[in-house]
Amino acid sequence: MRDFAKEILEVLEENARATPGEIATLLGRSEEEVAAEIKSLEDMGVIRKYMTMINWEKIDDGYVYAMIELKVSLQRDKGYDAIAERIARFSEVQSVRLISGDHDISFTVKGRSMKNVAFFVTEKIATLEGVESTCTHFVLKSYKEHGVILYDRVQPKRLVVTA
Amino acid sequence: MNNSEIGAKNKKLVMEKPALWRPESHLSTTVRDMPPSGIRKFFDIVVGMEDVISLGVGEPDFPTPWHIREACIYSLECGHTSYTSNKGLPELREILAESTAKDLALDYDPEEEILITTGVSEAVDLAFRATINPGDEVIVPQPCYVAYVPDVLLAGGVPRPVATRLSEEFKLRPEDFGDAINERTKALVLSYPNNPTGAIMTREDLEEIADLVVENDLLVISDEVYDKLTYDGKHASFAQLEGMQERTVLLNGMSKSCAMTGWRVGYALGDPAIVGAMTKVHQYTMLCAPTMAQVAAVEALHRGEAEVKAMKREYDRRRRLFVSELDRLGLPCFEPKGAFYAFPSIEGTGLSSEEFAEKLLKEQKVAAVPGNVFGESGEGFLRCSYATSREEILEAVDRIERFLAGLGL
Repeated sequence: MRDFAKEILEVLEENARATPGEIATLLGRSEEEVAAEIKSLEDMGVIRKYMTMINWEKIDDGYVYAMIELKVSLQRDKGYDAIAERIARFSEVQSVRLISGDHDISFTVKGRSMKNVAFFVTEKIATLEGVESTCTHFVLKSYKEHGVILYDRVQPKRLVVTA
Repeated sequence: MNNSEIGAKNKKLVMEKPALWRPESHLSTTVRDMPPSGIRKFFDIVVGMEDVISLGVGEPDFPTPWHIREACIYSLECGHTSYTSNKGLPELREILAESTAKDLALDYDPEEEILITTGVSEAVDLAFRATINPGDEVIVPQPCYVAYVPDVLLAGGVPRPVATRLSEEFKLRPEDFGDAINERTKALVLSYPNNPTGAIMTREDLEEIADLVVENDLLVISDEVYDKLTYDGKHASFAQLEGMQERTVLLNGMSKSCAMTGWRVGYALGDPAIVGAMTKVHQYTMLCAPTMAQVAAVEALHRGEAEVKAMKREYDRRRRLFVSELDRLGLPCFEPKGAFYAFPSIEGTGLSSEEFAEKLLKEQKVAAVPGNVFGESGEGFLRCSYATSREEILEAVDRIERFLAGLGL
């Protein structure tokens, strides 16, 4: 992809609220050029959504989160996509990934309680055709999400004036 | 005279002239007459002030990348805490030779032509002390970093400041320093990308001054600590010009590009005769640069490239943001091409640089450095560092706008 588009995406990835005008200043281009490029990135589906990075730990949203790993046996004419897409349709599921290693598919679930998540996995996922085994890991604490550190840190100080 | 007589006489002397201990009278006249850095004053004002936004800082706002810090911690755990060779860690000199060959297409022998110093500051001092005889003159283009003039004086030399001009984007032109050369002139200082102006010298610009350098048999002491922060084109070094490598002492360090200011790692590259002389002074004064910092520098050079690039990209964006905002405020500013400073002219306000900076700090709590700190030719300008977050830059600009409005502008 061209550098211009990449640079726009970097700015937006860091700040979804950056306006085309602001991005144009940062990149030394015109506002129109930036707006047109963003439009085309949206049309291409490169930009899917503008979201807010929230530290839910701070307000205790009452949800529990789990990472679940699956072993899957493939059927002759169905690849991983079929089962992965099926899992992705559940609204409880936040992300789904095909992975290498001991397991085949990894996904994250958001639920009201551990029981609620556990039943979701046993009832809806473990029963899917091709699923050989599941392994559920409940998240106890998040330290970093999407490249953003979530724990509070003391900012190192600089002198105010130096040569 | 017997012993008791001598004792009595000495005693008498002491009684007649009671010793009044005046430490000032024991100071070196060079040091006594040296003005303190113009930045000092601002420190004193800032102390106790809250909510100050600083555009006055000559260092990155990023902490040193974690993998570099982590490598240092590991080396401490392993107990690598003894001296290194005077010249510096062999691995560091070797990787510097490689990276210099790659970046500048210049070859330096890690054994004879590379010296690791405690920051570039030490390298600057060593370069002067190793080459200057009493009375030798050194041409110092200004505005420039505050240490060159005092360092020349400490080495017993005579600094010859010459002014660069806004109309020439603060590049050094032959006509700026031709007249300043005489039979005592020994060296020329180059510091591009420049602190405080953000000026750079392209290869063509450097070629234009090379004739004067050769005709007058000058040594070039080139401080290139901001080389990686060149936004327009590629950094050029005087040492890259045909036949100029042996005439140049190239000074650089990790501070700015790798956000490693507090580690104090710099280096000097040059002819074995000069680097050897510098090493002599270094071994009797510093012994070696801090070992743990040298280990960190090895890590930075091995695996730091992606981070250096990412930081540079962010500075570049802030540069565009800040310059466009200064433009909006109507403060004339040449577009800086390197380092992380903008150098707007504040002449139109009718205030001196110092008045402007002091009022701005007291009234709007924005700290910036008056241009005259960097030499007389910096009068009428203000050095603003954009090595601070974009949010802070925008807040600082709002405050400067209010300040200008308060001046009736």
